[in-house]
Parts: sequence; C-alpha cells; structure tokens
Amino acid sequence: MSSQQPQSEYQPSIKVTALREGTVIDHLVAGTALKVLAILGIEFEGAVTIGLNLESSKMKQKDIIKIERREVTPEEVAKIALVSPRASFSIIREFQVVEKFQPTPPEIIENLIRCPNPSCISNEDRVETKFRVVRIDPLHIRCHYCERSLRKGEVVLL
Amino acid sequence: MSTQADDLLAFAERDLISMRDVSRDEINAFLDMAERFESLTQPVLQGKVLGSLFFEPSTRTRLSFSAAMQRLGGSVVGFADAKVSSTAKGESLHDSIRVVENYCDIILIRHPREGAARLAAESTRLPVINAGDGTNQHPTQTLLDLYTIRKTRGRLDNLKIAFIGDLKYSRTVHSLIETLTHFDNELFLVSPQSLRMPPDFIDELDTRGTVYTEDEDFFSIASDVDVIYTTRIQEERFPDPVEYEKVKNAYRIDRAAIERIGAEVTLLHPLPRLNEISTDLDDYPGSAYFDQARNGLTVRKAVLSLLLGVKF
Repeated sequence: MSSQQPQSEYQPSIKVTALREGTVIDHLVAGTALKVLAILGIEFEGAVTIGLNLESSKMKQKDIIKIERREVTPEEVAKIALVSPRASFSIIREFQVVEKFQPTPPEIIENLIRCPNPSCISNEDRVETKFRVVRIDPLHIRCHYCERSLRKGEVVLL
Repeated sequence: MSTQADDLLAFAERDLISMRDVSRDEINAFLDMAERFESLTQPVLQGKVLGSLFFEPSTRTRLSFSAAMQRLGGSVVGFADAKVSSTAKGESLHDSIRVVENYCDIILIRHPREGAARLAAESTRLPVINAGDGTNQHPTQTLLDLYTIRKTRGRLDNLKIAFIGDLKYSRTVHSLIETLTHFDNELFLVSPQSLRMPPDFIDELDTRGTVYTEDEDFFSIASDVDVIYTTRIQEERFPDPVEYEKVKNAYRIDRAAIERIGAEVTLLHPLPRLNEISTDLDDYPGSAYFDQARNGLTVRKAVLSLLLGVKF
C-alpha cells in the first residue's frame, strides 16, 4: 500500500535548511529573483536557495533568495532596490538575524545604471552616470545629463 | 518680494542649463531684467569675455549671443564648428572646458550630445549657458518665447495657448510647455496622431494639474485661443512620404483662417518656417514670430548680465 497522500491534501512547501551565515533577500517582486542573482554575480561559495512565485500575504506572490556565506554590499542593495524596491534583507550570523533592513530609496543613483540614450554625453565622455529618482515604486528616474525619463523595465544596470 | 539687488545676487555665477532648474520667481526675474534691457544702452559688460563654443553649427543663437555681448560692451572668443576645435583631435569635453575657462568669464555651449552643457558646467567654476544640447534643452529659447508672450499679452497666466504641429519631437515645444506648468493657463495640443506629445510630458501636465486638451483639428478649438505656437512638421520624421503629404498642409495657418477667429491672436513660431504660417500673415498685427528673434537678443543680454553678476 502506498504511503502517498491523496492529491487533494497535497500542500506545496519549500524545505530550506537554516542559514548559519549569509543573507536572506525576501519580498522580492515575483519574477525578479534571477535578475537579483545576476546583480550579485553567479559565483558563490555556499548554497543558494531560490524561491519563485511563492505565496505571500503582503504581495500575493513573491520571490526569495537565501545565500550561504555571503553578505550583500551597499552597492548591491542599491541595485536590487531598482528591480525590487520593497525587498527586505536579513543578514544571518551563527543562525541569528543580526541585521534586517529595507533599502532606503535614494534621491540620486550614481554609477549603477547606464543611460540607454545613445546620444547622452554620459555614454561618451568618461562620465560617471547619475540619475535623479522621481519615484521609486513604480520606478521613474531621470538622467542627470540628458534628462531622459526611464521607467521600470527600461533600466540597464552597469 | 525680492529686490533687484537680491535678484542679481541669486543669479551671479550660476549656470543656465535646463528650464527644469528655474523656478517661477526666477523666470520672472529673468524677464523683468530683459525688460530693463529694452532701453538700456550702457556698456555694462565692458571688459567681460564670452567663450562661445559651438560644437555643432547654429547661426541664429550664436549671432544673437554674440550681438548681445558686443552691444553691452563685452567681447567674444570661440569657435563655430567642432572641426576647428581640439575635439577633432579627440579631446574630451571636460578637458576642452578646463582649457577655455582660462580665456573667458562665462561660457556658452552648443553641443550635439544631450547632457553636454550639464557636463560642461560641472567641469568649470565659470557660469555656463546651454545654447542647445542635442534634443534636450535650449533654455534661452524658452525664455524668449515666454518674454514674447508676456510682452504681447501682458501676462503669463490666464491665457489659452495652442501648440500646433510636431509636438512629438519639437524640443522648443516640450520645454515651453513644461515651463508653462509654473503658470496657470489652458493649453491646446493640436497635432496629427503620429506626432502627439510623448506620454512623459502628458504625465507631467497631469501631475502639475495643468488644464489641456489634445486634438487633431485646429479649427475645432481655434476660436478660443489667445496665443498660437506653430512648429515645422519635418518630412524626415515620416518613414512613409504619403503620410507626410497627408499632414503637411493640415496645420497651415493663413490670413483667412485667422480672420475666422475674429479676436487678435498672438502668432509664434521658433523659425525657420516652411509653410506652417502663410506669408500673408507677416503684416498681421498679432504676428510675433520675427519679434521673437529681436526679443531673443534682449533676453540674452539679461541672461549674460545676471549670470555675470553685473551691477548697474
């Protein structure tokens, strides 16, 4: 006799071992986890757990990433905020959450984004790019140099 | 209410790069100063040198600034073509500005790349004036347009202003419409469907609470306007020449059309025109498009003097 549960009682779950050291990035907009991984780079020492389209009481659906033995830098947090402004970050050491924060919406984003306007001087003259944040969610930023507006989905990270 | 001395102090050593940096009070201060220059003949800029850097050709703006400087007793150094500058040898804009700042008191720059004037301003402690950076900004054009409207209508509020033609690509129209959101007017945006105002500018009007109507037919709103600002519809914007043929004459204004309106309308055009405004309107009392060029000289005198912090 099979020990399998009847189909109707099946509950989806994600089994994740507790992190000893590392970072949990929660409340990512569903569908952005892979972009966030690209921001963090693909070389990790420890295990990486990714949850996509998980149920969330706050967001209906969300993504989550757990990264072992890796803490995020302020620059990475700023970049992640651009693709998922309401993400929350928990830094884990010895199984304890030692720090939990949400990115502060910046007024100016420096040297994180490339201006997609090929005629913008920031693409020519060895200039560090700079964008003014009009609104963080949904994202609306303006190039400090060419004044071109960029919306969510148009942002190209450096 | 700020005093004249405050105005002078506030503008000295500042840059004029984008109308987005200029407040309503500052616009009024520029225009008030321009009014003073209508009758002023003193050489208040004697001994001052304008560095005039035209990395792309422009006749009107360059001549207008040079004339403004020289009429006020100042002098001009510079170039009218990037081919004769060190840019042709691969020099960065930053380095060009650092060199030129040693030869002058204020820098005027026109450049084909958007954002070049902002970068120039960040490269020097001298005041920098943007004379056009690609398709982005040309703030003294906007100031002279505002000055012409104020001079002809006596105010910058409570007007009905129609913009006709290419509202999609016209830098002049974008900047003037955005700047008009500082004032309380009703705008009519008249264009073919394919040349409508870009959504970003429409968003801006909504955010600022500006009252506007978008329409394809000028004559459905014509009887109600105080000012008409027309722009050239550029053939190169249409991939299909048949589409261009359809719209090129649709927004042509002539004497008969204006007389149907009845009341005197102020007619503006940044020039050069093709056939948007018929030559039979050149002696119409409301035609102000040639006055815009003269007002440009006056406004540029005011801008140069304010940014140089000249007291008189």
